[in-house]
Amino acid sequence: MFDEKELEKIKQHKDKWLKDIYSNHVKKHPERKKKFENLSWNEIKNIYTPDDIAHLDYIKDIGFPGEYPFLRGIHPTKYRGRLWTFRQFSGFGSAEETNKRYKYLLDHGETGLSVAFDYPTLYGYDTDHKMSRGEFGKCGVAISSLEDMEILFSGIPIDKVTTSMTINGPAAIVWAFYIANAENRKIDRRIIGGTIQNDILKEYIAQKSFIFPPEPSMRLIVDTFEFGYKEVPKWNTISISGYHIREAGSTAVQELAFTVGDGVEYVKWAMKRGLKIDDFAPRLSFFFNAHNDFFEEIAKYRAARRIWAKELKRLGAKKSRSLLMRFHTQTAGCSLTAQQPEINISRVTIQALAAVLGGTQSLHTNSMDEALALPSEKAVRIALRTQQIIAHESGVTDTVDPLGGSYYIEWLTDKMEEETYQYWDKVDKLGGVLPAIEKGFYQREIANAAYKYQKEIEEKKQIVVGVNDYQMDEPVEIPILQMDEKGEERQINRLKKLRKERNNQKVEKNLSALRKAAMGDENLMPYILDCVHSYATLGETCQVLRDVFGEYKEPAIY
Amino acid sequence: MNDITSNVLKGDSRSIARLITLAENNDPIAANAMKVIHPKTGNAHVIGITGVMGSGKSTLIFELSREYRKKGLKVGIIAIDPTSPFSGGALLGDRIRMMELATDAGVFIRSMGTRGMLGGLTSAVYDVVEILDASGKDIIFVETVGVGQAEVDVIKLADTTLVTLVPGLGDSIQTIKAGIMEIADIYVVNKADRPGVEQAVAEIESLIDITCSEKDRKIPVLTTIAKQSKGIVELVNEIENHKNYLKNTKMFEAQRKKRYEAELIEIIRKRLMNLIFDESIFKDKVESLIDQISKKKVDPYTVADEILGKILK
Amino acid sequence: MERKIRVLIAKPGLDGHDRGAKVVARALRDAGMEVIYTGLHQTADMVVETAIQEDVDVIGLSLLSGAHMTLFVDVTKLLKQRGMQDVLVVGGGIIPEQDAPKLKKAGVSGIFGPGTHCDEIVNFIKKNVKR
Repeated sequence: MFDEKELEKIKQHKDKWLKDIYSNHVKKHPERKKKFENLSWNEIKNIYTPDDIAHLDYIKDIGFPGEYPFLRGIHPTKYRGRLWTFRQFSGFGSAEETNKRYKYLLDHGETGLSVAFDYPTLYGYDTDHKMSRGEFGKCGVAISSLEDMEILFSGIPIDKVTTSMTINGPAAIVWAFYIANAENRKIDRRIIGGTIQNDILKEYIAQKSFIFPPEPSMRLIVDTFEFGYKEVPKWNTISISGYHIREAGSTAVQELAFTVGDGVEYVKWAMKRGLKIDDFAPRLSFFFNAHNDFFEEIAKYRAARRIWAKELKRLGAKKSRSLLMRFHTQTAGCSLTAQQPEINISRVTIQALAAVLGGTQSLHTNSMDEALALPSEKAVRIALRTQQIIAHESGVTDTVDPLGGSYYIEWLTDKMEEETYQYWDKVDKLGGVLPAIEKGFYQREIANAAYKYQKEIEEKKQIVVGVNDYQMDEPVEIPILQMDEKGEERQINRLKKLRKERNNQKVEKNLSALRKAAMGDENLMPYILDCVHSYATLGETCQVLRDVFGEYKEPAIY
Repeated sequence: MNDITSNVLKGDSRSIARLITLAENNDPIAANAMKVIHPKTGNAHVIGITGVMGSGKSTLIFELSREYRKKGLKVGIIAIDPTSPFSGGALLGDRIRMMELATDAGVFIRSMGTRGMLGGLTSAVYDVVEILDASGKDIIFVETVGVGQAEVDVIKLADTTLVTLVPGLGDSIQTIKAGIMEIADIYVVNKADRPGVEQAVAEIESLIDITCSEKDRKIPVLTTIAKQSKGIVELVNEIENHKNYLKNTKMFEAQRKKRYEAELIEIIRKRLMNLIFDESIFKDKVESLIDQISKKKVDPYTVADEILGKILK
Repeated sequence: MERKIRVLIAKPGLDGHDRGAKVVARALRDAGMEVIYTGLHQTADMVVETAIQEDVDVIGLSLLSGAHMTLFVDVTKLLKQRGMQDVLVVGGGIIPEQDAPKLKKAGVSGIFGPGTHCDEIVNFIKKNVKR
């Protein structure tokens, strides 16, 4: 990237500087640590200079935003044209309570909705299922039927605002609830926009809310890709996620490698089905974590964009839109402390800033109280304001990819890309993504990283302010979210009433048709929609699929 | 004390579990209980399962147990995992694969650490087999630590020994070679949906031809996909066949005697070690004796002579 | 021969977050204990039956989904019914301060939330194990 002669001059000058100025200084004032490592345990040098990135070609490797390899961004104008979507992940208790919270967030400047479901819903159980005991509404909203979805979005303009739904195992069914609700409100499915997470690979690897085994799960996912690009073209039918992999304890490099690797796997499966890559690829999206190491996170997002563009090109994508990596980011939940919770605001701000400098399309900022409970109104408002301050007061949105060209950032971006391909080699040697999952490769890597990190915290090699340093005995004094105690009872009664009052013959007929189709290889979305429209519940519909596909048991990895 | 033995004989889980703990900790109560229990043992068919880590032993045991339960038989499972030589602790994770059986009253599962014993088993395993046998279990699985060359003690313990493998190990079958390959009464190639099954079976069969040509029973090689419950019924039949073979050729008795011999040796070994290092006049002197050996002031044989001489008097 | 402390680490209910449970399991192993990990999606029945068969000294319950008041108490109630009060029960995960007194009363002797040093758990167990 630089003139050979200039580079030589710089290298010589650097050597001199290292020998004279740097070494002498360090002799008198040693550095704080013998070795500085980032969170992927990569050593970080004292300074980065042009020679660290001289091997890069500006136009080919770094380039311009909106142009391959999209390192500097997928849009030519980025935030100068449009800010990222402020999309706060939210949900608790019953649909009524969450509907109120959504309206609150929209009133306070949120620009996209994001639904958190409770555990029974995530596993495809109705609220009154025996496995749902004690879990109703605790970590998200309970949605057992189309009726609940109607209440959840009552009074909300879903033709104008997009909705992301964090749902995986039963994603196809919950998506059907959303589509059916829109159609019942006379909103054309062709104009509704949003995302379903629908990423089963990372469930096996990290989040563990899988239901069915891999093959039928992948079949269902490709069904949604196909139905999506044909029928619901504004919908992102998958959010290929690294967030949860990171939360489970992986390093940033592992998050990058495993996530983009999962993405490539989905593309391969869809192509195996016969789908054309340029038809479905534009609607694949991603979801990353924004963790503590500021520059590593920025490098990670940039590397992800470039790797994705390269891989999709390699797989045969011809349209530019197929090469664009669009991603949502959430600040790291696992970095929040229960001790001195107010300081989480500072953590989230730094993490959010990294996501913005990394070019995220949409962002969720955690609330300060989330190591204690679901966010209170005040806490989530502050989290939202954090985004708004970054957007409007910090000036970072005035130019595209402001850190592009930084010797450190470009070096780190390159390094993370290199290490990603090294991980992919390992996975290939194990036979590919699914065999590697079955052999416990990812899970082991993650568990080892989690354990190593914990040890470093306990040995104080890694400082967590308020936890292993700067501790205080002050009792926690922030208000915690209280949920409506009558919510569960209301929900169960509603379900009972629904099951009595709907046309049960129709429900039976539709569930049978779904069962038959599931045993074959037709696209299941139309059948699921029929079930949903006739008010079959989530649990009933999911049970049909459980019967046909079976349930997955994970390998026992520590 | 009589309570615990009579409850064990009635099949009470709590008592079985407690007695196992006492046996594991060499509690004298256990020794006395074992004396009462021994005459009530002998009914259970003991099936040892050994094989490399990742070959699906636990899942196989789970599926086999379900099959036996369908026949109304009671099952005991002993799952052994390695104890860390550094910390003395252990992660006993085999049970995860079997949690669906946790609330079946006809199944008893116990996880054990090797606690320093080599050979793939643990010192108390003979006691645990007897306890489970006496409590009414018809089938007892012993899942050993995944295999190298040395973890072959299971053949002393089990009536029927299964060796599990997975396809695609490639040259690992070659490296497994003698030792482990000689101990199998039945070979099971699990995860048979993976590529390389036919090759794996062929390699095992040729190895059988080489090493076992004198024996009059052809050792069967089965393929299973435990996760999908495939090949399980066939495996149960082969296990049954093996038991019949042992009984018909009178090898059953001989095999049992091997177990009792191993058990006797283990009991004596433990007693002796306990006597010398925990109870005798030597228990405080051991460290200084070893120090002298290290300084070449005395040699280990002389020390052993001295200790045994005093003990055996 | 030195008695080993046997610990059951269980994840009751639907919560799939097992990072902490696995880290604690390893730490307890490194401290010389025998640790049995049940895996995910355990009912109170499964936890207690396993505790009986494995004759554990300690049960560690891990939960981050908010369902602890129901599910932890299910376990302690069942333990009481089966006459197993000599088993030490501890809990970890996301458990608000205000719920701790109720849980302690129900039989959960120690609660270890985010930021807990593994040594704290090890020492608590060694000090409070009842047998």
